[in-house]
Amino acid sequence: MSTSLLIVQTLNGLQLGVLLFLIAAGLTLVFGVMDFINLAHGVQYMLGAYLAVMFYAFTGNFLFALILALGAALLFGLLLEFAVFRHLYDRDHLDQVIATFGIILFLNQGVKILWGASPLSLPMPEIFSGSVVLMPGILYPVWRLVIIGSGLGVALVLYLLVSHTRVGMLVRAGATNAAMVSALGVDIRRLFMIVFGFGTMLAGFAGIMIAPILSVEPGMGDTILILAFVVIVIGGIGSIRGAFIAALLIGLVDTLGRSFMVDIMRLFLAPSPARTVGPAIASMLIYLLMAVVLYVRPAGLFPAKGR
Amino acid sequence: MADAALSTSAPRRSLLAGNALPVAIFLIFALVPLFATFRAEAYVLSLVTRVMIFAIAALALDLLIGYGALVSFGHAAFMGLGAYAVGILSSHGIQDALISLPVALGVSALFALLTGIVCLRTKGVYFIMITLAFGQMAYFTASSLAPYGGDDGLTIRVRSTLAGFPIFSGDRSLYYICLICLLGAYLLCRALVGSRFGRVYRGARENPLRVSTIGFEVYRYQLVAYVIAGALGGLSGFLLGNATDFVSPAYMSWQRSGELLIMVIFGGIGTLNGAIVGAAAFLLVEEWLSGITEHWKVIFGPLLVLVAVFAPGGLLGLAARLRRMIRG
Repeated sequence: MSTSLLIVQTLNGLQLGVLLFLIAAGLTLVFGVMDFINLAHGVQYMLGAYLAVMFYAFTGNFLFALILALGAALLFGLLLEFAVFRHLYDRDHLDQVIATFGIILFLNQGVKILWGASPLSLPMPEIFSGSVVLMPGILYPVWRLVIIGSGLGVALVLYLLVSHTRVGMLVRAGATNAAMVSALGVDIRRLFMIVFGFGTMLAGFAGIMIAPILSVEPGMGDTILILAFVVIVIGGIGSIRGAFIAALLIGLVDTLGRSFMVDIMRLFLAPSPARTVGPAIASMLIYLLMAVVLYVRPAGLFPAKGR
Repeated sequence: MADAALSTSAPRRSLLAGNALPVAIFLIFALVPLFATFRAEAYVLSLVTRVMIFAIAALALDLLIGYGALVSFGHAAFMGLGAYAVGILSSHGIQDALISLPVALGVSALFALLTGIVCLRTKGVYFIMITLAFGQMAYFTASSLAPYGGDDGLTIRVRSTLAGFPIFSGDRSLYYICLICLLGAYLLCRALVGSRFGRVYRGARENPLRVSTIGFEVYRYQLVAYVIAGALGGLSGFLLGNATDFVSPAYMSWQRSGELLIMVIFGGIGTLNGAIVGAAAFLLVEEWLSGITEHWKVIFGPLLVLVAVFAPGGLLGLAARLRRMIRG
């Protein structure tokens, strides 16, 4: 366990955490404010990546592709909201689960038909494509730093929006008690649309930013969706602050666990069982964390509602 | 609600209607092998066997979701435990169901007991997620079982026997064993739901505070139901392992748990019949559409959306509304 590896893996963990935050922020708001379980949030992330690849093919410029893909992701999200989700807001959670699960099946297969099953890639902008020397002997890809930076930037903007603007105040109030906010004369449906559109765009943004270092393929949103749910549950549903802290926690625990669990296991076990047990424990570490957190605090770390 | 008003005005008819459907379902299951002899017998038998096996797990899940509002997102873990019990014992030369079936049931019930103690502290969405967490832990544990195939899974070379008789080996006898198990599971669930225990358990779904104020310890009732549902999941896994001659961590994946959930919701929750109908509809529609096009999910996805938007209460809810419309 060398220090340089620890630094690099900590940064990787931060990067995963920031990515998770971008996805979880929308998810936790949609869930907290509208009480809507949106399993299709993961495919929005996938769609962002695919749209970026498509627009990059048209324009040949990453920035244009980013802007166009964000716009398209927003439009598509609003279309889904209009066509499907709107009819399910006051329904049982289980109806929402089955509908959004249907959308996952449809979109995963849809991108397979449109773009093929084989993974695509999105080239990163030229100026960010190299590596940077962090410390003597430690190289780190610039793009990952860009992801961390932009994620932290979005977190800051979100914080300002949510805690210092009128819309943000309504969103917070909505997460605490939507019926009361509506009774006070706020057009809650419009608030829902704003929150939903914004959440969709953030998920799309995450997909676009990660596309240059991951392969863009059907189903890429499914695993990240589960991780995002873990994040919002640990953080407390409806809480942006909770989502931020939980996302970084999950990102770090998962990444560091995967890199060092075998070494840690070697302290207790013979090398050969350590090699098989280590990865298994590393994979389940975040779920273990979630189970412990929920056991101690059954409504997450920062519950938005007093329930 | 409208349903309640309707059923009190015509209790006798609804009682009859309540039994006509399960009788029809089990008659169809019993008669399938007769018709299957005419064409593609092995294919039809294995498909319907699969339907019945998943129906057992769906029944168990409905017991949790429909009657206890305990939405478990990790139910595939119990199926996996049951299947692994068969596979691991079989790889050590122990094939007799007199041993492997109790082990499968016992292991899954024990897992349900231990995880249930933790899970049942939480409510609602947090319950969904914590059951997912335990499901994932079981999944990753299974994929680390290097001596038993790890990620690749374990082929079950010899199917179970019962007291030395190879009754699990023939397609047809396995079919009838699954039918008997499904019938047993169904009757058990019905008896449970209707019993004094079931009344308290259902009451806790409606209002846990009131039930506990009357003097029942809600937690205990839910834990017992959770253990029973876990053991039924283990039974279904035991049969699945025998039917597919194979077990792998994929049997415990969260996608599989999701599919079980979808089956129950698709059929209609809180009816038990709905779980069986949902499992059958899900697997048969999947089979049918995937025969038409490799992109069957493009059709199946919107179908689920339509059911969710226009048929709250699943297929059985839809059927009930259609009946009401026809009667005026």
